[in-house]
Amino acid sequence: MTDHLLGDHLLSGIEPGPARDAGHSGAPPRTGFFTDTSVCIGCKACEVACKEWNALPEDGLSLSGMSYDNTQGLGASTWRHVAFIEQEVPARGGPGAPARGGPLTAEGRTQLPLAETSDGTGGGLDEGTGGGTGGDLRWLMASDVCKHCTHAACLDVCPTGSLFRTEFGTVVVQEDICNGCGYCVPACPYGVIEQRPSDGRAFKCTMCYDRLGAGQEPACAKACPTESIQYGPLDELRERAALRVDQLHAAGVTDARLYGHEPDDGVGGDGAFFLLLDEPEVYGLPPDPVVTTRDLPAMWKHAGTAALTLAGGIALAFAGPALRQLGAATVRRGRR
Amino acid sequence: MNGSDVTREGSEGGRPGRAAAPEMLRGGPGADGRGRRKGGKRGRGEQLMAPPAEFESYYGRPVVKAPAWRARDIAGYFFLGGLAGAGSVLAAGAHATGRTTTATAMKVSSVVAVSLSTAALVNDLGRPGRFANMLRVVKPTSPMSVGSWLLAAYGPAAGAAAASAVTGRLPRAGAVATGTAALLGPAVATYTAVLAADTAVPAWHGAHRELPYLFAASATAAASGMALVVAPVRETAPARCAAVLAAAADEAVTKAVERRLGMVAETWHQGRAGTLLRTARTLTAAGAAVGAVFAGRSRTLAAASGLALLAGSACTRFGVFAAGIASAEDPKYTVVPQRAAKEARRTTPTHSAERTQPT
Ligand code: SF4
Ligand code: SF4
Ligand code: SF4
Repeated sequence: MTDHLLGDHLLSGIEPGPARDAGHSGAPPRTGFFTDTSVCIGCKACEVACKEWNALPEDGLSLSGMSYDNTQGLGASTWRHVAFIEQEVPARGGPGAPARGGPLTAEGRTQLPLAETSDGTGGGLDEGTGGGTGGDLRWLMASDVCKHCTHAACLDVCPTGSLFRTEFGTVVVQEDICNGCGYCVPACPYGVIEQRPSDGRAFKCTMCYDRLGAGQEPACAKACPTESIQYGPLDELRERAALRVDQLHAAGVTDARLYGHEPDDGVGGDGAFFLLLDEPEVYGLPPDPVVTTRDLPAMWKHAGTAALTLAGGIALAFAGPALRQLGAATVRRGRR
Repeated sequence: MNGSDVTREGSEGGRPGRAAAPEMLRGGPGADGRGRRKGGKRGRGEQLMAPPAEFESYYGRPVVKAPAWRARDIAGYFFLGGLAGAGSVLAAGAHATGRTTTATAMKVSSVVAVSLSTAALVNDLGRPGRFANMLRVVKPTSPMSVGSWLLAAYGPAAGAAAASAVTGRLPRAGAVATGTAALLGPAVATYTAVLAADTAVPAWHGAHRELPYLFAASATAAASGMALVVAPVRETAPARCAAVLAAAADEAVTKAVERRLGMVAETWHQGRAGTLLRTARTLTAAGAAVGAVFAGRSRTLAAASGLALLAGSACTRFGVFAAGIASAEDPKYTVVPQRAAKEARRTTPTHSAERTQPT
């Protein structure tokens, strides 16, 4: 229920042409990522390729105790992050998941690396998972990245214009303009962008803006051996993703769902969306992100009212004593 | 599977239906913070606003990133901006009603406060040398951009008003500057609430409707506190009156925030934020009450109540700041309200584009 301060579609809601609305006339079709986590094998080639291509500095070499994930999260120097989730699979026929995995064969892929189910129909990962409860553990792996939101809060709140919308519809920081105010950091509903402590400025995935300009695909997509990361025109990716979900559902993987693909969600749809096998929050993703500037018109309105209230309150504070004096004076005069 | 003990969810076998919250309102071995965290941690003795909700996260890591802002700089900036902005309105009132001493003192206070607040803002930049980039663009979608322009207009006005009052020169121009500063002052005092609320920080964004009023009340309390400290006793009547109004508004708005925030209101009650905000309310109420009763008679008590009001306002800003950080650092405050919003949309037939999420 926002008002029309700046036109609704510029702040939230369905926005078919973010690049065009940002002033790129004759922009190429919007491109993005579709990350199909059901085929990710957790090799981290994407993380490495990203670091290499973008010359990102090392950002800590600690053991996290979080499965095979020592990267831990996206940040100023980590623009691709592979999450590892180890979870127990409910018994077959149990609530929510009649069957996981299955003898799927997709084109170009012999067998999907979905984890073993207790009846042994899964493929690939059963070796060595037998400790304890025996083969009912599954791994979820997902390569996370900046979502290049249709309505990007980071971009909206940036006071310097350092963050901008490219002709590809992606969101990029200009390092030579950022003054390190850090406003974009808490604005991002996905916790993606971050200031580099040694540098002060904010950094995040550029979707390899330099490579896109040269007609190349981003480094992570290029490096991914399983096509878990797919790069292309967003419309095509959305179609492909819908087909993939149908295919997985037909094969009994009922937990497969898309995340960030809807153009009418809280951020107007993500330029980088995902196929997940569990709830988003399990992967560290917000279940229902909303671009904060959706409510900005309401906030300005309240701030305006509050400012008037402040002025009115202080005026009242001056009027009160003045009236009392006046009253007292009148009474005195009346007595005389 | 060496890493398995890190991630197993204790003795819980299957994964119960996550959306079915009621059956999962139990603690249990899975809620201990190892591996995928389930269940909210319960602080001791605090009043829970809602039943502890079940939620999942990625190893308990935050979903949104807390700002890297230093509390001293940014909460300090909120406080000083409020003091300056509301102070300019008081100064104009005093100027217009012939309370010259108060007027001059408040004009000086405002220019000092706005200078310090700008210094705090610049100091907090990752690249302070690039402060000027703030004035590269005009962006209504960025409260920080709007604020920079506001300060760029307000600062010189406040400075001119103070300079004229102190030197006694150019009284006409001084009056115009006083008026300009008084017009811009309320905006300087309240825009910082939008600055905080226009983020994904649950404790700030969730209160985006109320925060401007809270900041307005807190700014008024600070400015009237300053007036009580600096003004001669016979000129304090408006400040005393303003302090009472501010304290009442502060109390009422804080209550409204707590109602609005639901389970996120925990962050306003617990830990550092809780302590600061409780202290703030006590100081503000006490300052206003003592001021109202005694500040018309005793110079000492007037100054004491003024200091209490100033300290109360500072505690409010630092408390709100701390609550925001706490709410960003715990994934619970992001996941649970968003789950609820998603659930609410699924169960109401008219969902589509109208999103009813409270945060
Ligand atoms: S995910 Fe965050 S950093 Fe990326 S475009 Fe969206 S708001 Fe900006
Ligand atoms: S830190 Fe840099 S990119 Fe982020 S909002 Fe500030 S100026 Fe913009
Ligand atoms: S997304 Fe591709 S490159 Fe990255 S870890 Fe998964 S399989 Fe490897």
